[in-house]
Amino acid sequence: MKHNITLKINGQSVSAEVDSRMLLVHFIREHLSMTGTHIGCDTSNCGACTVLLNGKSVKSCTYLAVRADGAEITTIEGLSPEGTNHPIQQAFHDQHGLHCGFCTPGMILRTVDLLKHNPNPTESEIRWGISGNLCRCTGYNNIVKAIQQAAKEMAKEKQPAV
Amino acid sequence: MIPANFTYHRANSLKEAISLVESLGEEAKFMSGGHSLLPMMKLRFATPEHIVDISKIEGLSFIREEGDLLKIGGLTTQSEMEYSELIRRNYPIFLDAIKLTADPSVRNVGTIGGNIAHGDAANDQPALMLAMRATIIAEGPNGRKSIPIDEFFHGFYMTALEPADVLVEIHVPKAKKGCGGAYYKMERKVGDYATAGVAVYVQLDGNGTCSEAGIGLTNVSAVPMRVDRAEDLLRGKKITPDLIDQAGALAAEDCEPTSDLRGSEAYKRSLVHTLTKRMLNKALERAGQ
Repeated sequence: MKHNITLKINGQSVSAEVDSRMLLVHFIREHLSMTGTHIGCDTSNCGACTVLLNGKSVKSCTYLAVRADGAEITTIEGLSPEGTNHPIQQAFHDQHGLHCGFCTPGMILRTVDLLKHNPNPTESEIRWGISGNLCRCTGYNNIVKAIQQAAKEMAKEKQPAV
Repeated sequence: MIPANFTYHRANSLKEAISLVESLGEEAKFMSGGHSLLPMMKLRFATPEHIVDISKIEGLSFIREEGDLLKIGGLTTQSEMEYSELIRRNYPIFLDAIKLTADPSVRNVGTIGGNIAHGDAANDQPALMLAMRATIIAEGPNGRKSIPIDEFFHGFYMTALEPADVLVEIHVPKAKKGCGGAYYKMERKVGDYATAGVAVYVQLDGNGTCSEAGIGLTNVSAVPMRVDRAEDLLRGKKITPDLIDQAGALAAEDCEPTSDLRGSEAYKRSLVHTLTKRMLNKALERAGQ
């Protein structure tokens, strides 16, 4: 069965017809051609598909597209204006918070939600905070450093966490 | 992985949700957070023909104290519990469990009601509910009903809920002086189901006697279980280290684990013994505060 949905993605309103069973991640990648959101494990373990849904980090491989009707979604493509870096993106760049980069969009969007609830996390809180996002290059130390830098920068700038 | 074909229905009210499932029949399933159901559908372990989405129904997401009770709306997400000031202040047992349930992004969507209604002994909330002697409030075609937790879990994925019943509220005792609860589960990695988990809830009276004790176990039986013998042992007594060890031994004896990839039966019994002792000590410490 087809459903008409309308949602906001990265500030743009989008309407489409989707099947009941279409997953949000497929809608984003295949219908909207935004491939920054990755499919890793496809079982809600790895977090590569993390997007912000109404400001909360959500695993888009385990969310039906039809349920996102009326929602506001942010993907890595829309985190900061074209050509600029969000402080979290800049921190991942500065701290080399990635090896292969596959987990990075999910890590960054998860960090947005983490810092919104806990602007000044301890190292342990950061590690628990990203526990649903796997980096199989195991580059966690630099990811943690990046999140620490981002927290510091964002506190300085008092930039709203999207 | 894409789930097998089904038809999605969005319910805008409780009444609509119930009548939808009633008219669609047994091949219809409610979905709240969907973080247990959708993975099962992707793996074809579940192939419902109709999904009735109840997540958009208003008024079923709340956490409030009323009279002697803490009332939790069925659609309250695990994250809403985790960030709730009331829960952080007065109900540490929930924080213990929620921090060990899945991961933060899953908890943003997964609900407390769904965790219970799924009827899975591997989920964490059932053990808490058993220990706290919760009452489940369900609404169905014939109106509202209260189901004591001891009558709620019937079997593997089977509960007292009829197909068109929605779990709308959970009632547990309001925190008061002398009460304490604690939960811990051993997990192989973040987001895994428990190798074994133990929830303990105690109530001490003015002179330190244990007037009420609840012990619920996670993933060491086909149906979520409480340990009556251990509870009976503690009730009405001043709790000593010796009694705590005996309660742990009874829990280890009475649980029904099976050997699997998470560990042997003997290992799981040993875990239940140790965790029961630890959680009793932690709950007593919290009760004394």
